[in-house]
Amino acid sequence: MGFKYITLFINDPSFWQAFQNTITLGVLTLLFCFPMPIIFALMLNELRSQKFKKFVQTVAYLPHFMSVVIIAGMILQNFSMTGTVNQIANTVFGTTVNFTQDASWFRPMYISSEVWQTMGWGAILYLAALTRVDESLYEAARIDGANRWQQTWHVTLPAIRPTIITLLILNIGTFMAVGFEKILLIYNPLNYATSDVISTYLYRVGLESSNFSYAAAIGMFESVIGLTLILSANAISRRLAGTSLW
Amino acid sequence: MKGTTMNPADVEQGIDTKQGARTKRDARQTGVLIKDMKVSRGMRVFRVVNLAFLLVVVFLTVYPFLNIIAQSFSSEGFINAGQVNLFPMGFNTETYKLILADSTFWNNYGNTVLYTVVATAISMVLTTSFAYAIAKKDLKGRSVFIGIAVFTMFFNGGLIPNYVLISSLGMRDTLWAVVLPNAISVFNLLIMKSFFENMPRELEEAAAIDGLSQYGVLFKVVLPLSKAIVATMVLFYAVANWNSWFQAFLYLDNPELFPVTIYLRNMIAGVTTAGSAGGTAENVGQIAANIQSVTIVLTVIPILCVYPFVQKYFFSGVMLGSVKE
Repeated sequence: MGFKYITLFINDPSFWQAFQNTITLGVLTLLFCFPMPIIFALMLNELRSQKFKKFVQTVAYLPHFMSVVIIAGMILQNFSMTGTVNQIANTVFGTTVNFTQDASWFRPMYISSEVWQTMGWGAILYLAALTRVDESLYEAARIDGANRWQQTWHVTLPAIRPTIITLLILNIGTFMAVGFEKILLIYNPLNYATSDVISTYLYRVGLESSNFSYAAAIGMFESVIGLTLILSANAISRRLAGTSLW
Repeated sequence: MKGTTMNPADVEQGIDTKQGARTKRDARQTGVLIKDMKVSRGMRVFRVVNLAFLLVVVFLTVYPFLNIIAQSFSSEGFINAGQVNLFPMGFNTETYKLILADSTFWNNYGNTVLYTVVATAISMVLTTSFAYAIAKKDLKGRSVFIGIAVFTMFFNGGLIPNYVLISSLGMRDTLWAVVLPNAISVFNLLIMKSFFENMPRELEEAAAIDGLSQYGVLFKVVLPLSKAIVATMVLFYAVANWNSWFQAFLYLDNPELFPVTIYLRNMIAGVTTAGSAGGTAENVGQIAANIQSVTIVLTVIPILCVYPFVQKYFFSGVMLGSVKE
């Protein structure tokens, strides 16, 4: 027992790079992937045709049911030198980019695929909450002269606020674990500068270099931060919004 | 139902016709005030934009799948030249024949089926019994059991301690390393628990008075009434197991034991087995693109086939879980 491994990682620049990447990807994920399902659910909710709504939902949920290995395969193919993204880049800008190997493109690639993968299924809980909004609230708002936008802002959003907050807390709780399996599948040494996160770093240290104790110390650190994040998010939300997980 | 389903064409028609017709249609629609129609011009634009946006979303969601299918039927020359997007170019089914003739592929596919069946069965037995027990309000230490389960959602030892544990239990290179570590999903457990909690107590009491044992009550009364939730849970677990790869990747070294996701993973990572068949060194990467696409298509087919029929169960499962807030 001792703090040998803790001091080791505190002085390890690769760890701090991974730490920074984890935070950056985590923040970007929250920023882009969290609001999209809400917007998507609200847009679906405005559809008049139930059949079309069902159709859009059915299609949008599909990526959720795919193995992350398949998703990774699709990402690598679409962003490859001859893939669709480069076909478009070539047509529009006349150049191609090696997206999968260029460190500066890893984040856009990761985040856009994450949005693609999670937007549809993420909307499901919001749609459930939207069906439970009291119809008479809208009627009252209309009588008060509220237009559709005002109705959305003052009736719909407050009504689904508990769902939004609950999911936000849960998202913050998984902040540190950012898409470990997916990153492990799509990253490579050429883009470690932006793609290497704590969990992939400890995977390499622990299982590829068999440095178990060191990796376990990093893992412990990661778990403690994760737990702290969710506990504080929960406490803050209980105090400010009156909604909490427990 | 008819009155509430409208497409933009209907809206347009409604506005073009005379006032009388408009109010008549409004009258058919309960809950829509005449006042609402005043903003119809802005609304009309919004609806068209909304519809267009959602159609774009649908296209973007489906596109990667169509692209993979197109690539799987294309010949390498066209993939190399970056000409394949929505439709196959230089129609080619050789790769399908190659993969379908690969005995490793079939062996791994069989493993996936085996792991999915065994893991789902184990998960269902454990989750159902756990959930049924903690749904009983008078269970001693109930909150402790729930607490232990929920705690694992937010905190765990991490990758390395788990790896050391599984290895020292001697489960490496066995089926158990794949099917046991994630046997209980706490999320599913909580959904099932809230379902059992909402079941009328009187039913079980009546059955107990009729002389059924504790197990009799569970098997003859509770479970037959829980078919919907059981079906949903089976689907949740089956899909998760079908798609899983990381446990197998960590704990299995013997290629004979790999699930098909590892077969695909190795292909993506370039340590391919079937990829070595044919092709010169310099275009191995591109050949892999075609072979990968074929493997992806073949792996996805079972899910795509059952998906339209089972997706409503997933939806209802999430609903059940979210009702209690």
